[in-house]
Amino acid sequence: MMAAGPEGVNKSLPNGHATGVASSPDSRKTRLSPQLQLRRRTLLGAGLFAAAGAAVSCGRAKSTGEWRYFTDDEARTVDAIAAQFIPADADPGAKEAGVVHYIDIQLSKRFKKHRAVYREGLATVDAISRASFGKRFVDLADAQQVEVLNSTEEHSKVFFSLILSHTRQGFYGDPRHGGNRNRASWRMLRLATPPVRGRQHYDNERVG
Amino acid sequence: MALRHVNAVIVGAGAGGGVAAKELATAGLSVVLLERGEWYSAADCRKDDLFNQRTQVLGARFGPDEERNPRVLVEADGRETVVTPSDGGYSNNAACVGGGTFSYGAMAWRYQEKDFRMRSTYGALEGSTLDDWPIAYADLEPYYEKAEWELGVSGDVSADPFKAPRRKPLPMPPLAPNREYQILQPAAKRLGLHPFDVPMLRNTVPYNGRGSCMRCRWCVGFACEVNARTGTHNTVIPAALETGNCELRTGCMTREVLLDSRGRATGVAYFDSSDRLQEQTADLVIVCGGAVESARLLLNTRHKLFPDGLGNRFGWVGRNLQSHSYSGATGLFDNDTYDDLGPGASIAISDYNHGNPGLKGGAMIANEFLRLPYQFMSQVPPWIPEWGKEHKEFVRTAFNKTIVLMGPVQEMPLAEARVQLDPKVKDHWGIPVARLSGTRHPHTIEIGRFIAGKAEDWLKEAGASQTWKRAPGRSLSGGQHQAGTCRMGDDPKTSVVNRNCRLHDVDNVYVIDASVHVTNGGFNPALTILANAYRTSAILLNDWKGSKVRS
Repeated sequence: MMAAGPEGVNKSLPNGHATGVASSPDSRKTRLSPQLQLRRRTLLGAGLFAAAGAAVSCGRAKSTGEWRYFTDDEARTVDAIAAQFIPADADPGAKEAGVVHYIDIQLSKRFKKHRAVYREGLATVDAISRASFGKRFVDLADAQQVEVLNSTEEHSKVFFSLILSHTRQGFYGDPRHGGNRNRASWRMLRLATPPVRGRQHYDNERVG
Repeated sequence: MALRHVNAVIVGAGAGGGVAAKELATAGLSVVLLERGEWYSAADCRKDDLFNQRTQVLGARFGPDEERNPRVLVEADGRETVVTPSDGGYSNNAACVGGGTFSYGAMAWRYQEKDFRMRSTYGALEGSTLDDWPIAYADLEPYYEKAEWELGVSGDVSADPFKAPRRKPLPMPPLAPNREYQILQPAAKRLGLHPFDVPMLRNTVPYNGRGSCMRCRWCVGFACEVNARTGTHNTVIPAALETGNCELRTGCMTREVLLDSRGRATGVAYFDSSDRLQEQTADLVIVCGGAVESARLLLNTRHKLFPDGLGNRFGWVGRNLQSHSYSGATGLFDNDTYDDLGPGASIAISDYNHGNPGLKGGAMIANEFLRLPYQFMSQVPPWIPEWGKEHKEFVRTAFNKTIVLMGPVQEMPLAEARVQLDPKVKDHWGIPVARLSGTRHPHTIEIGRFIAGKAEDWLKEAGASQTWKRAPGRSLSGGQHQAGTCRMGDDPKTSVVNRNCRLHDVDNVYVIDASVHVTNGGFNPALTILANAYRTSAILLNDWKGSKVRS
């Protein structure tokens, strides 16, 4: 009844998908530490965000060829961000489920139009990390990564909203698109896997 | 080479067009049925939770084509965006043989008597074009019955005391109750409500040569793998083709209605599947493209007698775009509610469709279809952080323990909620695209909040430990239940088609889809579109004189 149309679509999220509470009232976020707020002000003053943007056009870092779109560094950053969004606990998290593969594959297909936002957004994440803690995002402690992500949400809303949605898709969605490795999330939710009814073949293992 | 002349060309093979094609072809008229999308089958059921018609993050599985069919969305603040089919705000309905009925959830509701008499029942509403239909429920009743028996509806509405009078029961029994049904039914009774089994265009026993629902997890948004869910694609359209009088052409995008010097229709111009421009001449033109595309086609038909578009002498084509303002609530329970038995939606009440104090209408309330894991993200309550271990923990514990109740709130129509032509943006074929603008009426939102509250009460009575509401926002309403843009009425100055769904201005052009709905009921609209298509086709055939209709 609530078909793809009427209310299923949350307009403030990318691609019109029917998910997610997009609004993020302050109450739902981890508050920035005074320390980071100060640092961010300094860093804004220094025009660091502009610099991060400029770095984007300076060409790509080297890639091992494992990735369709990301550089190796970018892939590691995405992996780390996704792990914060959906951390491992008793069940695998986004990292273990290979969410970065989902995003990388889709950026070379369906999400081509989001490439620039990703490249710039990931550069911003590292710029904030360096300015705040003197290290790249992947080298930060958990609590520091959380602070950087909260800051990213404020400064790169579009990127943040995209990578959060895409992480959820890669973790909870069909494994055929490259994420949800070993149907990790479906096992976590106690959904019968593989699906038992019907006559169709399930090409869960196929990627791409 | 010119295409063979036919009696009727029908644009759009969805709910309305499918029925019209079958009725006309069976009566011996030669028919060409044009559909811009493809003809999918049960074999096209790929159970992909990110790429289907309901969750479109990787595209709209059953069309329209993402690259070829842009629209322009004008937001309340005046901002204009070019949107593609899978974008929010596009107001997408599937573009394929069967139209929305190919991949919908298949609820098969009759509207109630008051739904056809909203103005008489509730009076005028400031800022709204709320009005009565020119026909009454009684005019449609025999055709509701015909749709229910010819296509096949299951369910049991006998326990619904609010239903409009009906002569026959539904032809098929409901599915056995799922767990949500068993939790919700006694709770509704305790509240003094009147729960019953949702009617659906779904085989629950073998019917018309097709088997019964296998109760899988992948229903609304997907092709039905066992062909048990019923649409025009597996009933009336094959029946139309079997007569030998109907030719279905897929991949065909209609550009305009062709008119002679006196302003009568002579056929349509369309681009075939190889993008070649074709002219199909016909005695009758029947427009069945859905509320957005039907209005667009009329507006794209320019003539010296109709400089602002066909049927648009008084500026009503494209206005009153409406749908349903889905409102409801989610409840979290201590024990498992999920039993993996599709389709999920099973129990409903009509207690709040009318008679709500201070409100002009309301909605049916029913439990939702099964929620796939990614779809469940939209059910996470606002107080849970959007990411991190708390979010994951909530999803893990709540996925199997929630029930969602939603109602399609009947909307108060607005003249300014409308489809126009965009002056700049064109589609793949160079045809000006639909430009969507407007908002919802504040009273619609008020009704939505009321319905959400009632859904919450029902969930609490059923034992939910926590509940949270979902009420509509003000943004333009369209989507799969789109309706209203070619209003049916007796007065040519305030409507587009007459009570027989023929244009006031031209005697051989009909509109047969939800565009003609004056108001859209507090129910899913599919059965009403089907019934009205049967009714209109019967009137048309009664007037048919061999080469034209009697004026």
